[in-house]
Amino acid sequence: MKKIEVTGISSKYEDLRVLEDISLYADERELVSILGPSGCGKSTLFNIISGLIKPDAGKVLIDGEDHTGKPGRVSYMHQKDLLFPWRTIMDNVIIPLVIRGEGIEKARAQADKYFPVFGLEGFQDRYPSQLSGGMRQRAALLRTYMFKSDIMLLDEPFGGLDAITRRKMQEWLLQVLEKLGSTILFITHDIDEAIFLSDRIYLFTERPASVRRVFTVDIDRPRGSKTFTSDRFNRLKESILELL
Amino acid sequence: MKRSASTGSKKDLGCRPLPGVRRKHGRWRQPGTGGRRDLGPQLAAGLILAALWEAGVRLGGVPDFILPAPSQVAVSLVKSFPIIAGHTRVTLYEAMTGFVIAVAVSFVLAFVMDGVPVIKKALYPILVISQTIPIITIAPLFVIWFGYGLLPKVIVVTLVCFFPVVVSFMGGLQGVDGEMYDLLKSMGASRMQIFRLLKLPGALPSLFSGMKISAAYSIMGAVIGEWLGAKAGLGEFMRRSMHSFAVDKTFAAIIVITVLSLGVFEIIKLLEGWLMPWAKYAARQEE
Repeated sequence: MKKIEVTGISSKYEDLRVLEDISLYADERELVSILGPSGCGKSTLFNIISGLIKPDAGKVLIDGEDHTGKPGRVSYMHQKDLLFPWRTIMDNVIIPLVIRGEGIEKARAQADKYFPVFGLEGFQDRYPSQLSGGMRQRAALLRTYMFKSDIMLLDEPFGGLDAITRRKMQEWLLQVLEKLGSTILFITHDIDEAIFLSDRIYLFTERPASVRRVFTVDIDRPRGSKTFTSDRFNRLKESILELL
Repeated sequence: MKRSASTGSKKDLGCRPLPGVRRKHGRWRQPGTGGRRDLGPQLAAGLILAALWEAGVRLGGVPDFILPAPSQVAVSLVKSFPIIAGHTRVTLYEAMTGFVIAVAVSFVLAFVMDGVPVIKKALYPILVISQTIPIITIAPLFVIWFGYGLLPKVIVVTLVCFFPVVVSFMGGLQGVDGEMYDLLKSMGASRMQIFRLLKLPGALPSLFSGMKISAAYSIMGAVIGEWLGAKAGLGEFMRRSMHSFAVDKTFAAIIVITVLSLGVFEIIKLLEGWLMPWAKYAARQEE
């Protein structure tokens, strides 16, 4: 059984066709990327998968169950960190737990375990504005993880970072996912990022978006900075570039 | 070659030194926190004005009951301080009672108007229109209705204070970040949770800017109320001094009123810093 699977998703925004017959899946612990031009409707797809929007056609199956149009099953992280400036990093991270109704102290204790894993140890009591962009994204990811840990939708999470920080964050993400074992759907318009991170890449067309081609990334893990210059990486990049 | 090397080194430094330099120019400083240490020009300007006033009164031979010299006002302030202190206590009590009531009413009203759009639609125009009525014209009515006690003054203060608070607080509640709102919604937060986690803290800066204006107005409101008829208070003291041509005492009261207004303003500012500890960092945040 697939961990998460969407079948035949179509969506219109007023008269504009945004998504057309999208089908994709991710197995447990897989990282699957959706690669496509900006504004092609990738974020709409995430809104549908997370249940915030109902599709005009198609289904969202999670662990084999129908979750179409039902929010709250998967966690969703945006390009903007959306950390609340008035809460410390710790109190930002525990927001999902607080909403669930857990006591503050218990929630803090629960979240505290993950601070070393997310490279945030010692920053519990800082405010978001005291952290660098990369650290803020890690904090936002930890908050996402605290909401639902098994499936996370990441919508260009590193899009707002500078190139050097982004590269570091990509390597960091792979390391941390080894430990967390989450299933990830990842939106990006950066080909290198997609290849480096993914097990599979769905290349989307321009609007209305449909799946142009699926690439399996057969590059061994663990991956590191050398991956970017390997033959397989370049061959894959070439075949993607040809299609764009 | 040389050119690219130099731009390269600039990039290496990144944006680190730049914000520091800009910060020195005070761009990210909150207004009012900047020149705390640099009191020289203000003090000098004040002293020069006082000196001109003093010289003008003395050399021009202006009689005391028209315009007293600053030195005379100072002497009068010290001499009648015990009496003024008693009146000050009354005025401060009225102002603070009215202010606290105004803030409490504003808080509830803004909360309800933010939560129920229909109520906002119904009440908001009335609130605005109510502010176009000059308070000085209706304050005498309160004296007729409620007598010479504390109540009419407290009502005047409340009326003066509550508008800035309710308008700015509601603006803050309605202006919260839409994406943050969606994020909480997607996590299944209830309306009450969204208010507590996002709207209230997000609107605190607006609430405080409204409260700072109101706090300064509160003293003025109390004095106006007293002016129209009271047993005690700075307004009553001023009226009495005017009637007996003791203009120096009137000026002494004005000084006290100014100091009080500044004082409550500063207290609200302290409260703001204490309740919003993140603001001092957020002011430095780069966009």
